[in-house]
Amino acid sequence: MNDVPVSIRDTDPLPTVTATIDGADVTVAAGTTILQACGGRDGEIPTLCYGDTITPKNACRLCVVEVEGSRALAPACSRPVEADMVVRTRSERVDHARRMVLEFLGSSVDLSLTANVTAWNAQYGVDLDRYGADAATVARPVKVDNDLYVRDYSKCILCYQCVDACGEQWQHSFVIEIAGRGFDAHVSTEHDVTLPDSACVYCGNCIQVCPTGALVPAVEFDMRAAGTWDEDRQVVTETICGFCGVGCGLELHVQDNTIVKVTSPPDNPITHGNLCIKGRFGFQHAQNRPG
Amino acid sequence: MDLKTREVEPTPAERAAIDAVLGTDESQGAHDRTGGQSSRVRRHLLLPTLHALNDRVGWISPPAIDHVAERLDVSPAEIHGVVTFYGLFSTHERPARQVHVCVDLVCRIEGGTRILPDGAHPSPCLGMCEQAPAVLVTDAGDPGRRTAMGGVMGDQLKELAAGMPVSAPERRTTASVPQAADPGLVLLRRAGGGDPLDFDAWVADGGLRALDRAREVGPEGVIELIDAAGLLGRGGAAFPTARKWRAVRGQGATPRHLVCNADESEPGTFKDRVLIENDPFALLESMTIAALAADCARGWIYLRGEYPGVEATLMSAIERFRAEGILGADFDITIRRGAGAYICGEETAIFNSIEGFRGEPRNKPPYPFEVGLFGAPTVVNNVETLMNVPSIVLGRTTSNRRLFCLSGAVAVPGVYEVELGLTLGDLIGLAGGLRPGSELQAILLGGAAGRYVAPDATDLVLDDDSIRAAGLTLGSGVVMVVDQHVDLVDQIRRIAAFFRDESCGQCVPCRVGTVRQEEVLERLANGVRDGQVELLADIGRAMTDASICGLGQTAHHAIESAVVTLGVFRR
Ligand SMILES: Cc1cc2nc3c(=O)[nH]c(=O)nc-3n(C[C@H](O)[C@H](O)[C@H](O)COP(=O)(O)O)c2cc1C
Ligand code: SF4
Ligand code: SF4
Ligand code: FES
Repeated sequence: MNDVPVSIRDTDPLPTVTATIDGADVTVAAGTTILQACGGRDGEIPTLCYGDTITPKNACRLCVVEVEGSRALAPACSRPVEADMVVRTRSERVDHARRMVLEFLGSSVDLSLTANVTAWNAQYGVDLDRYGADAATVARPVKVDNDLYVRDYSKCILCYQCVDACGEQWQHSFVIEIAGRGFDAHVSTEHDVTLPDSACVYCGNCIQVCPTGALVPAVEFDMRAAGTWDEDRQVVTETICGFCGVGCGLELHVQDNTIVKVTSPPDNPITHGNLCIKGRFGFQHAQNRPG
Repeated sequence: MDLKTREVEPTPAERAAIDAVLGTDESQGAHDRTGGQSSRVRRHLLLPTLHALNDRVGWISPPAIDHVAERLDVSPAEIHGVVTFYGLFSTHERPARQVHVCVDLVCRIEGGTRILPDGAHPSPCLGMCEQAPAVLVTDAGDPGRRTAMGGVMGDQLKELAAGMPVSAPERRTTASVPQAADPGLVLLRRAGGGDPLDFDAWVADGGLRALDRAREVGPEGVIELIDAAGLLGRGGAAFPTARKWRAVRGQGATPRHLVCNADESEPGTFKDRVLIENDPFALLESMTIAALAADCARGWIYLRGEYPGVEATLMSAIERFRAEGILGADFDITIRRGAGAYICGEETAIFNSIEGFRGEPRNKPPYPFEVGLFGAPTVVNNVETLMNVPSIVLGRTTSNRRLFCLSGAVAVPGVYEVELGLTLGDLIGLAGGLRPGSELQAILLGGAAGRYVAPDATDLVLDDDSIRAAGLTLGSGVVMVVDQHVDLVDQIRRIAAFFRDESCGQCVPCRVGTVRQEEVLERLANGVRDGQVELLADIGRAMTDASICGLGQTAHHAIESAVVTLGVFRR
């Protein structure tokens, strides 16, 4: 897939822009974001709300960088590189903003299942104690209202990815939306009805994109609760879903010879990480063992 | 999309309210031949539909949301998300009478410590600071009634909350414009001069002459005049208006839109209300000229929901303009009523609100001149900015006329029109100086998003350059005079609460930062000092640097100025 207009696809070279990032000249295709120009998620710029398959919402602001001439810091995840832009991805100002974003989230949200946070906290000098024991948090009861997945919004950083995956960008089910405003903003079905009462089709694409473990399959949730979930003991095997003819790529997460979770690679050209209820949750038949 | 609703019928009153906006033809339902597309293009009717429900039944019930979802082919979760975004809507049943009591910066001083009676609830600034203390009374029904009232004291408040009928408030033009009838006035020239909706009198007084002139000189000619006058936006950002119009004019996509920003929710601001109340036709003429210059086919006035009187005035004025053939052919204007969200005055949040989405600011770039309302190139201008247009086109003024909203401890609060270049002290002098017995403690310049200055700042020259050099902003023209009787700590805690309430919640620095800022202020107010001032500065800096929009970016300014410049916690 590429977005280059057909008229210029074969004849012209891609338009490029050259900018200075951390003192070095960088030439990239027009439209490339600062984050992409800096190695994406594998690079040095930390990201939380950014996912591989959803248009960046630039909501967490962890990825902010200095762009010369701009009053405020700019989100690397969504700001395209412009010609002659001068960007600094580390500075006292940048580090301060990142430290504060980590402190704001760390003091209000349960980040225990969010990747990289411990390392970043150390790197940016995070001190959560200074917010005191009374600091407001988003803690709320876990929602267990169906057999397939669990919603623990105490872990939600409001990255909007599940909303966009459920809605306009992938599934077009529009079952969950942000409700409320400000610190009270939260992900919700209409009138906070249960998932079985909503239009949810249990594709689980929201689980796939959730970066914080706020949305997890019930099997994983139960195993974690029982203390038996152990990613070090898991092997991930890639295969193709056998349910229908589309040919979605699957990643089977297997622990102790039992499938415990199914995901799909975000870079899979067919699924972009998305699946349907069968592919994501219909794995029991593969391990019906005699007995 | 598979809509799933609960198949509970809305009540007849709810259905009537919905039909009044969406029509009675339900065949354009969710799953017609176009897969709902024909319904979804009407999504921009969502906010008016929700208003119709709220006006009629006083709240927005689950069956009503479900029914609107079916009519517009928008999921009920999305509609629920929109309803819960706005302060004036409720998803819980409540009495038909609602009393919204302003507890913001000026009213909390003028109203004393308000213990709100049952049935009344706190509201952010109602834009009536010169008539403080203010309330907005809403009575759901057919027709619903909304009444904004000034000068409401204790007992009356209790009676209102208990359901006492309200009479329409008298017009208080001269009270709001102390300079009324001063022949030197330009923007407020019609204040106090008879019925503002008397079209013939307005025309006899020079109305429509600027529009005629604009047609003579043509779009480029108008833009050149505006450019030469150096007109800067009055909505807070002081952006050159001519540049904005030219940029929109230069865009290919059509239809282009013109949005008049009348959301006026910055605490301490009431000038746009007073302008429209006194001269509604002039705003429509200004918009028509702007539309001609920037080549816009559709006009919108986004009016804050707390201004029912202004809405009625504007509706009559628009009808008259249509009847006169000035509006309707090449250009027409639609009023969109806000529903209690300061953030919707932000120039991209306003688009989302009009389009029927949550009023969250959009990512910039792209800027409104390229991708604005409904994705089309859009001009967004403040009411006062636009009101400068006719006199500039007629060569009567430069752009240096500016309105200030004087409130607090001045003898005569109100909107004042001045030529920039006077000092802050002169301006306070115009308002009759301090009240008898008042000593100056501080002045809040530019509103809650502005900054406090110390009493020695009365020498400050009010023009854009001097103000910027002093690290200040004129913002929306707020000059709130604080005397020795006022508890500044209480004021800045209110400012913190305001931003916490009004944050859209989209980005972390603002969503959490405004909460943490308020918590630190509470600790400081309670005498906890160690490390707190430093923590407050750390929080403020991150909000200023890393928030998405101007709300988060300015939410610390006034507080910082009170703590650092005035030293409120050093005393
Ligand atoms: C949180 C926030 C609220 C705003 N509210 C208003 C408002 O109520 N009215 C207004 O004219 N501008 C408001 N603005 C400024 C607008 O974004 C925009 O700059 C302005 O309407 C442009 O018009 P102008 O160029 O004529 O000033 C607000 C900005 C922010 C960040
Ligand atoms: S539940 Fe997960 S995916 Fe959804 S907004 Fe919260 S953190 Fe993001
Ligand atoms: S700064 Fe505040 S109001 Fe603006 S987008 Fe962020 S959360 Fe919303
Ligand atoms: S990763 Fe860029 S704002 Fe969250």
